[in-house]
Amino acid sequence: MSGTPLLSLAIWVPIVAGLAVLATGSDRNAPLARALSLIGAVVGLLVTIPLYTDFDLQTPAMQFVELRPWIPRFNVNYHLGVDGISMLFVILNSFITVTVVLAGWQVIDSKVAQYNAGFLIMSGLLNGIFSALDGVLFYVFFEASLIPLYLIIGIWGGPNRVYAAFKFFLFTLFGSLLFLIALLYLFISSGGSFSILDWHRMPIGMTAQTWLFLAFLVAFAVKVPMWPVHTWLPDAHVEAPTGGSIVLAAIALKLGAYGFLRFSLPIAPDASHQLAGLVVALSLIAIIYIGFVALVQEDMKKLVAYSSIAHMGFVTLGFFLFSPMGVEGALVQMISHGFVSGAMFFSIGVMYDRAHSRMIADYGGVVNTMPKFAAFFMLFAMANAGLPATSGFVGEFMVILAAVEHNFWVAFAAASTMIVGAAYTLWMYKRVVFGSVANHHVAELKDINGREFLIFVLFAIGALGMGLYPQPFTEVMHSSVDELLRHVALSKIQ
Amino acid sequence: MTLAEMQFQIPDLRLASAEIFILLMACLILVGDLLVRDRKRTLTFVATQLTLVGAAMITFASSTGETVYTFSNMYVGDLMADLLKLLLYLTVIVVLFYSRGYILERPQMARGEYYSLALFATLGMMVMISASHLVTVYIGLELLSLSLYAMVAMNRDSVPATEAAMKFFVLGALASGLLLYGMSMIYGATGTLEIPAIAERLYMGQFDKGILVFGLVFLVAGLAFKLGVVPFHMWIPDVYHGAPTAVTLFIATAPKLAAFAMVMRLLVNGLIVVSQDWQAMLIILSVLSMAIGNIAAIAQTNLKRMLAYSAISHMGFMLLGIVTGVVGGDARFALNAYSSAMFYVITYVLTSAGTFGMILLLARGGLESDELDDFKGLNKRSPWFAGVMMMMMFSMAGIPFFVGFFAKFSVLQAVVAAGYLWLAIVAVAFSLIGCFYYLRVVKIMYFDPPANMSPIEAPLDMKILMSANGLAVALLGIFPQVLMSLCAFSLLRSL
Repeated sequence: MSGTPLLSLAIWVPIVAGLAVLATGSDRNAPLARALSLIGAVVGLLVTIPLYTDFDLQTPAMQFVELRPWIPRFNVNYHLGVDGISMLFVILNSFITVTVVLAGWQVIDSKVAQYNAGFLIMSGLLNGIFSALDGVLFYVFFEASLIPLYLIIGIWGGPNRVYAAFKFFLFTLFGSLLFLIALLYLFISSGGSFSILDWHRMPIGMTAQTWLFLAFLVAFAVKVPMWPVHTWLPDAHVEAPTGGSIVLAAIALKLGAYGFLRFSLPIAPDASHQLAGLVVALSLIAIIYIGFVALVQEDMKKLVAYSSIAHMGFVTLGFFLFSPMGVEGALVQMISHGFVSGAMFFSIGVMYDRAHSRMIADYGGVVNTMPKFAAFFMLFAMANAGLPATSGFVGEFMVILAAVEHNFWVAFAAASTMIVGAAYTLWMYKRVVFGSVANHHVAELKDINGREFLIFVLFAIGALGMGLYPQPFTEVMHSSVDELLRHVALSKIQ
Repeated sequence: MTLAEMQFQIPDLRLASAEIFILLMACLILVGDLLVRDRKRTLTFVATQLTLVGAAMITFASSTGETVYTFSNMYVGDLMADLLKLLLYLTVIVVLFYSRGYILERPQMARGEYYSLALFATLGMMVMISASHLVTVYIGLELLSLSLYAMVAMNRDSVPATEAAMKFFVLGALASGLLLYGMSMIYGATGTLEIPAIAERLYMGQFDKGILVFGLVFLVAGLAFKLGVVPFHMWIPDVYHGAPTAVTLFIATAPKLAAFAMVMRLLVNGLIVVSQDWQAMLIILSVLSMAIGNIAAIAQTNLKRMLAYSAISHMGFMLLGIVTGVVGGDARFALNAYSSAMFYVITYVLTSAGTFGMILLLARGGLESDELDDFKGLNKRSPWFAGVMMMMMFSMAGIPFFVGFFAKFSVLQAVVAAGYLWLAIVAVAFSLIGCFYYLRVVKIMYFDPPANMSPIEAPLDMKILMSANGLAVALLGIFPQVLMSLCAFSLLRSL
């Protein structure tokens, strides 16, 4: 398989499929559009499988590399490649796209082609972000991926969708424009290279590193999102259609965290060490404060959105402990969060499709009318709370272990959220699912159908499989993470 | 060469054959149109388009790639001029196709004069592009401006159009006066009107610095008027808004190419030695334009007016490429910076043609369609054209994969390369503000319910051209290399 441009396929198969779906036109051809989207998403997933099976575990170097000149005028290359850090996200993203297409199968009945095309094109762009090794290529995918999500939130979203869509777009753009200047600065000071790998090797003085680190921090903190620039996320989640929420939580939030590993740490290692305290502090605020904010939410989507911010706090915390356990734990947490939060938003979507409410108060006793659903929802709620044997446990546990080695009080503060996390998730679950049937809306609920069952099974395999046997996920990360940390430990100041 | 030989020297007319051809054809069309009985003026239209195609062929065939002078050094032909002229013909051809439907529905405008004025304006721009003498610059500029004044006023019964023409004329005349005064001061300081000779005398230090800088201020003010940058931008919103949309389309596209050439000829070719002085002025103009243009555009409810402010901010952004050419006497980055500005202008013209073309596409049955609300729910009425307009908006906002991103990218890299980090940060901050109103247009088309569901009726040729325009914005956004190198190459051979 060495000659096949797998990463190009992972990027362009969904995009081409998306354009084909777009060409089916009006809603008269909706069944065709749906079928075509599913085929595109599944093929898009299949082409990413060899990335895992053919992955060389021994080397930290980039694999499946493709290098072609793109804009020779500025030495910009179409340079793709994945290592143990990014490879899993390409697969996760392609997997999520399949579930999203399935999730919107019956629910979306207006502008079906545009809806599915939006997700397929976004899937390709997101794969591009994870596999780009050229700064401009990365940036181009990074910004272009805003367009489909902006449209998805704005067209198929809830009543306050316009506000949410604008906030999402402008917040993210605000971060990424400074990032662009940082990229141009690196281009000039590296003597005309946009290769991210060149930038990793390039010596940079402390002042420049600090400014670069801060520019990266703004860009990625908005995307993660970290406290205090997180406010766009609850709005976007609440207003987005179910599919939009799934992609947002499962993939889009990972971009910021991924950016820390690809840009901040290796390009500005000295600044990273020096400013680690800042990031750790922001992460702890996200974990603890946002955890309590989640506790008082009355809207289920908002609650899960805040819990996502808290979970991403673990990720950024893990990165800035500079230990293999912490970084790998954070990576596991990212992938786990992809499955779990995707499933949580899908669960809420299932209820919303039936009762048209996301308010916890409107539910109660759902287990009586939707027993199968309640069982799945239970599993994912437990995973979200970090119960052992689910994927949510592995990552948080590894990060906390790493934090103990680093500083007991940081670990103590982070671990305290295991309790808060369990509290808000399980309390919500109790109020929604248990008890007697609250009102006639709940009494009329129908249990999940075959399609929804299939989606839940897919998510459950991910969440449980990773919780019981994380080895296949962590083993691909080892050499890349070790190499990254070895690199970050060396000073770049000369 | 003795004096006697010079006096009898016949200028090399072949170099200016495209200009001569356009002039002859414009006169011919003007007279020939009197004989046309057809109310639709199809023959005039076709003849005008063929003239432009013919001029393109002449320019292409006579291009040597060398820098050559004729008419006693008043006229220069070089690769930059050839490239800009070819793009100019293309722009005018597209503009005439776009505006045809619109002017046919307005009897005052559906006259042959419209086409001959367009040709005269084109001729004026060609002269500006090829000027190597201050008087040639002025002649070209006046030919362009006078044609445009008349075009704005063509729809005689329209009060806003007449008012716009009046404002345009008064302010334009004032700007020409400033420019002319500045030119006379430069003549006073250097003793010559030939642009290469001015550069030479400045280089040799044979000039009076005080008078020169005094003249420079007026020259820059005049240029700023013509470019439409703050604080000399007042006419832009009113003229864009008041003029018939077909004429707005014309004003908003082709003259930007000529204005870029004028800036290059006067400031870069002629006054590069005092670049410190004019760069400082242009930085102020540029920052103010980006600020006022982007902020004022947010408040607009009329799309033409919004795009007028957007044009101000775009010209401000383009100037960033001009001001970063020479840093502290070091001209290493000059080619990089000027070619990025050229790329910016060309892509802006392409996108601008598409956006105003879209307003014309929707304006049917004698009604305008220039309010933002006229675009409500366009996605339901025509997903394809909503998609094209969306691409234009994202391109103007500078979001990849559309060409506007690479335009901003190349200018910004020139700014960062020149060491003006703060300027780059200011520029992106205002782009972020600018993004808001472009996003609002997308919101209106996609998120709002349509006000009416009438299908889009437009001639097939216009629909095809609009689609091609949209695809060009997208394709150049994926493959910008060719156009970028073309700009760089033509400037490399011309500077």
